[in-house]
Amino acid sequence: MSQATLRVQKISGHAGSVPGEGTQREFTVCKLVDTTTCIGCKACEVACMEWNDLPFGETVFGNTYQTMPETRWNYWNLILFNEHVREEDGTLMWLMRKNQCMHCAEPGCLAACPADGAIVQYTNGIVDFQQANCIGCGYCITGCPFDIPKLNKETKRVFKCTLCTDRVSEGLEPACIKSCPTGCLHFGSKDDMLELAGRRAKQLRDHSNFPNAGVYDPQGVGGTGVIYVLHDATRPELYGGLPKDPHVPWTVKLWKGPLKWLGNVAMIGGLIGLFVHYLRYGPKAREEADIIPGGPKS
Amino acid sequence: MSHPEQIIPHGHVLRYNLRERLTHWVAAASYIYLLLTGLAFWSPWLFWVAVILGGAPVSRMLHPWAGLIFFGSVWYMYMMWAPQMHHNDLDRQWWGAVRYYSTNQDDKMPPAGRYNAGQKFLFWGFFWATVALLVTGVILWFPESIPWNLRFLRYLSVLIHPIAALFTIGLFMIHLYMGVFAERGAFGSVIRGDVSIAFAKRYHPGWYKEIVGESSAPRK
Repeated sequence: MSQATLRVQKISGHAGSVPGEGTQREFTVCKLVDTTTCIGCKACEVACMEWNDLPFGETVFGNTYQTMPETRWNYWNLILFNEHVREEDGTLMWLMRKNQCMHCAEPGCLAACPADGAIVQYTNGIVDFQQANCIGCGYCITGCPFDIPKLNKETKRVFKCTLCTDRVSEGLEPACIKSCPTGCLHFGSKDDMLELAGRRAKQLRDHSNFPNAGVYDPQGVGGTGVIYVLHDATRPELYGGLPKDPHVPWTVKLWKGPLKWLGNVAMIGGLIGLFVHYLRYGPKAREEADIIPGGPKS
Repeated sequence: MSHPEQIIPHGHVLRYNLRERLTHWVAAASYIYLLLTGLAFWSPWLFWVAVILGGAPVSRMLHPWAGLIFFGSVWYMYMMWAPQMHHNDLDRQWWGAVRYYSTNQDDKMPPAGRYNAGQKFLFWGFFWATVALLVTGVILWFPESIPWNLRFLRYLSVLIHPIAALFTIGLFMIHLYMGVFAERGAFGSVIRGDVSIAFAKRYHPGWYKEIVGESSAPRK
């Protein structure tokens, strides 16, 4: 969460209008992560913690560079390592992917959230959690196809990468981008980043013997505000389990879509039905005294 | 076999003993809290309900505990009443004549025992829905603790929990309508515990005959 003054285009759990909906067209911001030039130095992880003033968490040692298995409520940016043996020539590839919130155009977390204003999407595409409005239900965890929102069990609030909303709203790049020593991280408009990523992927295909190189910008969630250049875009799972075709879970869509309408119609219809039934037929007997034992009706 | 101890002076019959009445009201109180907070999470248009009940984070914190209390009371009802809730041939006849029941032509109904087929349906409907709500509710209580490779449990729970809840809301509306509005005397029976002999004869003639010993049918 930040105090950024950005226009909001989507609000979770919100009844009524959204102030920034369709009022202005702004370019969508985007992070480009070129996994082919990442050296796994973790400078972005440190920059993220520094800028967002997050306390340092304990690391684990499992004989790999993976000092943390996954992101945490107070660790929003984590490089996932995978030692991959290429089938073509048996050589070892070290696949490294900077993992963080993908800032989906159609965010599952926001769709699943029942709390008014706990998750917002700005018109520049950033999806931001507003912890002051969070109720700690964890529905966003279920809505997210990337396993990103993490619950702080003490405060019962969910946290994730803000895409440095506070920096971006002041015209700066996110902290991770600024720290990257190899230049594998880029930040700009979605159009520019897609163009840059496409050129890099073509270069990898044409000149570096990576015929399957490509850009990861999954359309199942409407495209993302973080896109990757991968050596092998046909197998994104190799990169720390990046889902090949991520979608908001169909049960979440069904629950928040047709079931909601069906349920509301059934509940209101039921109330009206019972009321009309009472008007038509009334009580079974008007007074207890009317129920005469041995009378005509018993 | 008669039950003269259930005959109360001044033309009344004991229908629910104190244990049954208390269980009913523990279930009722916890259910109403669950209903209100649940509806607040269900629709943004009802989110204000949670705000009135102490704020949505408080509602989120207490909803699962109220659910445990509700499940406990339903389980206790199961222990008390399940043997009386078996569906029998009379109940099949009752369903066949349900159109007379819903149009207040109770004289055309087959004679019901302590519980008529509709009440039995309410009981089993609430029982199985509550089991489903408990199982899915525990998963929704701690979504962060469900491992990523078991996430389908969360996916199923967010769908089954509201479906089961909607089913109970339908049952609850009919239950409330019958008990408070349609059957005069029914509400008093779950407060004071007794009904008039006239009520017993009219709505549960089989049960009344059992009490006064006019029938040797086993008490089911």
